[in-house]
Amino acid sequence: MLRTWRQRFTLTDVFIWLIGLAIAALVIIGTISTLRQGQYAANIWLDLTIKGLALGGVYALIAMGYTMVYGILKMINFAHSEIFMSGPFTAVFVAIGLSKSGFLDKQPIIGLALILLVSASVATLLAILLERICYRPLRNAPRLVPLITAIGASFFLQYVFRGLYGSGTYGYPAIKILTQSWKLGGINIYANQVVVFAGAVLMMVILYGIIQWTKIGKAMRAVSEDKEAAELMGINVDRIIVFTFGLGGASAGVGGILYTLLYPVVTFYMGFFPGIKAFTAAVLGGIGNVPGAFLGSFILGLLESVGPNLFLTGLGIPSPSQLKDAIAFIVLVLILIFRPTGILGERISKDKA
Amino acid sequence: MKTNSSHWVKTVQNGLIGGAIALLLGLIGMILAFGKSYIISGVFTMAQVFLLFPFMFEGYTSARQASSKNALTLLLTGGLAGLLGGVVLAAVTAIAQVVNLRAVLINASPDLFALMTFHMALVPGLLVLLLAALVAGILGAAVLLVSERIRGALTQAILYVVLIGLFRDLIVTVITHWGFVKYIFMWMFAQNGLSIPGAIFLFIAVGGLLYWRMGRQKKAAAPKRTTRQQRIFRWGTWAFIALFALLLPQILGSYFSEILDNVGIYILMGLGLNIVVGFAGLLDLGYVAFYAIGAYTLAILTTSESVGILHLSFWVAAPIALVVAVFAGVVLGLPILRLRGDYLAIVTLGFGEIIRIVVLSDWLKPLLGGSEGVQRIVQPAIGSFILDNQQKLYYLILAGILLAGFVATRLKDSHLGRSWMALREDEDVAEAMGINKVATKLLAFGMGALFSGLGGALFATKIGSVYPQSFSFIVSINILSLIIIGGLGSIPGVFVGGLALVGLPLLLSQFADFRYLIYGAVLVIMMLQRPEGLAPEARRRLELHEDEAGPAVEEKPQPAATDSGH
Repeated sequence: MLRTWRQRFTLTDVFIWLIGLAIAALVIIGTISTLRQGQYAANIWLDLTIKGLALGGVYALIAMGYTMVYGILKMINFAHSEIFMSGPFTAVFVAIGLSKSGFLDKQPIIGLALILLVSASVATLLAILLERICYRPLRNAPRLVPLITAIGASFFLQYVFRGLYGSGTYGYPAIKILTQSWKLGGINIYANQVVVFAGAVLMMVILYGIIQWTKIGKAMRAVSEDKEAAELMGINVDRIIVFTFGLGGASAGVGGILYTLLYPVVTFYMGFFPGIKAFTAAVLGGIGNVPGAFLGSFILGLLESVGPNLFLTGLGIPSPSQLKDAIAFIVLVLILIFRPTGILGERISKDKA
Repeated sequence: MKTNSSHWVKTVQNGLIGGAIALLLGLIGMILAFGKSYIISGVFTMAQVFLLFPFMFEGYTSARQASSKNALTLLLTGGLAGLLGGVVLAAVTAIAQVVNLRAVLINASPDLFALMTFHMALVPGLLVLLLAALVAGILGAAVLLVSERIRGALTQAILYVVLIGLFRDLIVTVITHWGFVKYIFMWMFAQNGLSIPGAIFLFIAVGGLLYWRMGRQKKAAAPKRTTRQQRIFRWGTWAFIALFALLLPQILGSYFSEILDNVGIYILMGLGLNIVVGFAGLLDLGYVAFYAIGAYTLAILTTSESVGILHLSFWVAAPIALVVAVFAGVVLGLPILRLRGDYLAIVTLGFGEIIRIVVLSDWLKPLLGGSEGVQRIVQPAIGSFILDNQQKLYYLILAGILLAGFVATRLKDSHLGRSWMALREDEDVAEAMGINKVATKLLAFGMGALFSGLGGALFATKIGSVYPQSFSFIVSINILSLIIIGGLGSIPGVFVGGLALVGLPLLLSQFADFRYLIYGAVLVIMMLQRPEGLAPEARRRLELHEDEAGPAVEEKPQPAATDSGH
């Protein structure tokens, strides 16, 4: 008994578990001492929670692109963060134009719909182009080849957009009805956060519906299950892959506009952090698994928004929100080390590299 | 590649793609940036090369895809592809006269369209553009009609003219140091670019030489040398390279030495990353983390500022920095090395970013200086001789490169190197053969961290200060790009990649703006077209082109080698 136990646990495992325990201990100690200090009132926590949920919704829409592509091609589409950037970075010109003509304040819903449409179409188009030019020729290449291609494509796209629209930042004009807020029992609820959350949930329902209840969604699931068998059943695999990329792009394009409702500044490198966090969320939920991506996104959104104050203040770290990006990365590292399959994922860690 | 669509449909597609590429080059500002870079003074600029090359390329591609080998059909195909590309550009130029594209696309400026219409009035300008596109397409197709010998000589001669014209300023700066020798060359250069006679001379000289050499190669294979002669020849080459490397800063002067130092540090780190990615197949995107750790450790140990501790000399601090970097590599490596390839990439990326964010935060500011970084790092001294300028530091970096190069070369065919390659090809089989997966991978990772740390330490010494901003993700991508362009696993490839990807943008300021764009494009194009790189490792090349028939391998390097200048 003891011998098998000893054989199974190598020094590496001990080391890993020590790290894990240390981090868990830090989180618990930090949380307890933060709460005991009572520096933040209850309504601040609720504010942060709502913000985290809204952010999680945006991550979920971006994470869809990662998780669907991974499900079908078993590759990390690293350039997805640039697809996310392309939408809002292009649509900002529409938004500025509409705002200048006064249309956006008069007809905010139509205006917003127009901006969403532009953003989603640009992102969809780019995702399809990317698949056609960069990934299709590499479908049977060794695993690292498409990943390196994706990294290259990511940088290429970033700097193409920098070349096209300039290296400066553009601000999305504020929409009047979205700047209001309501007070509910001491909590400020901002209209933009509500709209972002609701929009994200609506979009998630639509996406889930497409995947679960339409014919093409069924084909997508079949392809992700077994490409060869799906092809034998008469499914046009190329078309399904293109559709998947397109759907992921559209979702990221919508997510991009929702993101600008929270952070209204766009620039060519805006995709990197949301992209990597959405990827983290997808991994957290179990990559390849659509509901998992939603779940992971909300958890990550909450961790990022509540986490720095909750875990780090108690440890005496000044300005903890500076470290919020590090929290996301630490979550990513930990989840990949301890549970690479994610919360809802199947066992895929045994796949060969 | 044969498809069912007729070749004219393909030609139309190619033409439109060529137009789109030229348009993109224009709209991202690349054409405009080279608007004043004359290749041949007063005649031809680099901008025109960028403008017309896509048409020529698409003309060439279309003609190659044509099933008929009839000369007229080929020329017609090329011409059509070129013309269609020209139509795309002309259409956009015409639209831009009516609609203000510049409100969105910042580079769609009148200057750009003036360049596209060759500084003429709109209508004649557009006609000239179309004509130029047509001619470019036809020329592209015509390349197929001449014999391979002429084609090789011609394309390389053009390449040399373009490169020498482009680097006119640098070449002139260097040769003015050479005393009376400069008069042999100076007449070839004008105020900007090559002079017309210079360009003609260069074209004929290079073209003729290559034509002659290719003919000779065909007739008689290289004369057999005896082993003794071979050995003498090899030692002679090495001695020459060594002498050249030692004298390089003196030949180039202090400005170029600084660039040389930068290139050197990247080559050093490339050699290290090449072990991790090229030999062991572990895609490490957080390579910058160890670079940062090496740099910061050295900075903290040697600086005379308040954050400094111990105030050691470079020679004591550098080994400590290396130990710390390797330790960090092992600590990070242990938990993550059993992850699958693409997850490993993302985790290392995350780790690199964590380091940067943490260093930048207020939390560790008392220890690491936060966003203000650490300044006043002491310079290394040997006795009373202080390595205080770029020319002297060059030797330190050269020593680092020699060490890294030596270690990498020796390890490559060692037991360990073979274990790495076995793991790279198939982990399960390698493990079944008795290779200790974790220990072997950890050695690769630690080795990479060692050279990255060394690079960081040298970087900190060279700059004299460290800032968290210097250690962003882009550095990792930079190093990855340079080992990929040179060929994964290939040691000479690291030098080729370093010179091309780090040296070029530093030498030519017009390229600097497009540096990362070019990196991205290089990664994509290399992966799609030549995954083995420009200076490939022999085995890797054979592996990656297994499915192609023998002659295809022979043929392939020719066009790609001429493409590489762009």
